Amino acid sequence: MIAGDVSATSVSFSASDAAYAKYATLAEQCKAGNVRAIARLITGLENEERAAYAALNRFVGNGAVAQVIGITGPPGAGKSTLVDKLVARFREGGRRVGVLAVDPSSPFSGGAILGDRLRMQRHATDPGVYIRSLASRGALGGVSRATGAAVQVLEAAGYDIIFVETVGVGQSEIDIVKIADCVVLVSVPGLGDEIQILKAGIMEIGDIFVVNKADRDGADRVVREIRGMLETQYELSKGEKLEAVPDTLAGRLVAAAGEMEHHADVHAFDDKIPPVVKTVAETGYGVAELADAIADFFAKASESGSVTDRRIARARVQIKDLVAEHILERIENGPGATALNEMAKRVVAHKTDYYSASMLLLHEILLQEGAGGNDEGVKT
Amino acid sequence: MDRKIRVVVAKPGLDGHDRGAKVIARALRDAGMEVIYTGLRQTPEQIVNTALQEDADVIALSILSGAHNYLFPRVMELLKENGADDILVFGGGVIPEEDIPFLKSKGIAEIFGPGTPTSVTVDFIKEHVKLNLENK
Repeated sequence: MIAGDVSATSVSFSASDAAYAKYATLAEQCKAGNVRAIARLITGLENEERAAYAALNRFVGNGAVAQVIGITGPPGAGKSTLVDKLVARFREGGRRVGVLAVDPSSPFSGGAILGDRLRMQRHATDPGVYIRSLASRGALGGVSRATGAAVQVLEAAGYDIIFVETVGVGQSEIDIVKIADCVVLVSVPGLGDEIQILKAGIMEIGDIFVVNKADRDGADRVVREIRGMLETQYELSKGEKLEAVPDTLAGRLVAAAGEMEHHADVHAFDDKIPPVVKTVAETGYGVAELADAIADFFAKASESGSVTDRRIARARVQIKDLVAEHILERIENGPGATALNEMAKRVVAHKTDYYSASMLLLHEILLQEGAGGNDEGVKT
Repeated sequence: MDRKIRVVVAKPGLDGHDRGAKVIARALRDAGMEVIYTGLRQTPEQIVNTALQEDADVIALSILSGAHNYLFPRVMELLKENGADDILVFGGGVIPEEDIPFLKSKGIAEIFGPGTPTSVTVDFIKEHVKLNLENK
């Protein structure tokens, strides 16, 4: 499987492969900041072309590191308008900014109206800004399946700051934690009482909390309630080992996905309760404070090394997911399909049991890989 | 995963009436396309940059202000400058019959006037984008 025919990191694609070659060229152009190449590579990723994913190996050793900021919250909370203002703010500092804005696909037609960038169009002619709309394409966690890979593309293309705006979320779409270094949770007044804030899920993943539309009635109450929630959390976690309170903040959701062990303390508050910032995105009120809070987060996190640790935790999850995906693919499409059929018949005929059959099948697939089987070529 | 057709729906120029653009956006969505809606008062530069960043297959321009003879060719010009004139561009809105040959000579693929059934536009896009991909 790890064939080493393109580089040590290449996976079962040879350099002569036409599809890989096409995307590898695009990847090289991405590194030079070619906008069309960036756009096309992301499309390949969205279309789940394996060659596009394989071509991401061109970014290895590139050294570019971006700060990835997730912006999430309910529909209509003002996420896009806030991103627009933040982009302007970070551009003042001369940083190159990428935006990935996810909107939902229709479960019926598969089509989508991608309207986030409507609020950001003043940046369309700024060469230091790249904005890409992504349709969720059936993914239910608030981002699309290609979003994480698209972040890698923008990072390699030299964008210093990458905003990932999720679809408007409800209570449990939290896949943004698998992508972002820093999650900004945008809330607005009038969504419900204190109990909503106490509930599990979305309210647990914020590194920074924003109460947008703060010129509306009830904004201060929402701020108080969020602070109350966070302070309680902080008190609970103080003096105890954080492992004992496995129910706060971004990375701990990754932990819940089965990966943390020694990373448990990484997602502590860095001795600080997450800030709650009041904004009125429309007028720009509070945006400077929010940008400062983001900068502050990264300053502290890089000091403590927690961003790297979070990234390692996320990478583990992602590698694991991919391994599972590869194995399943080999069972469904590769020579494993025949073996699977055989095993199924044997189970039904009481010649073996499910568990033994699964182990045998796994063994068989791994053996085939070991024999250097790049047997299914490129599917696009 | 099948390839989704991506369409930038834009309103160049200064008129503030986007009902037509929204109707077409909605129809294309229902036809399974991914529609990037840019909103009102877009410059040709904004429209073309958006199409490049979004890897659009199609740009749909809607205009009512009468400035189409300047704005539409300008969009085509910018696409050419960026090596992106493979993107299918069509127009709609209030455009006099006698202007259509000029616009087509500038590379606008088609003009759909008021009252065009949305299914005609959908079919037109599907047919042309398919041809475009085959020729790539």
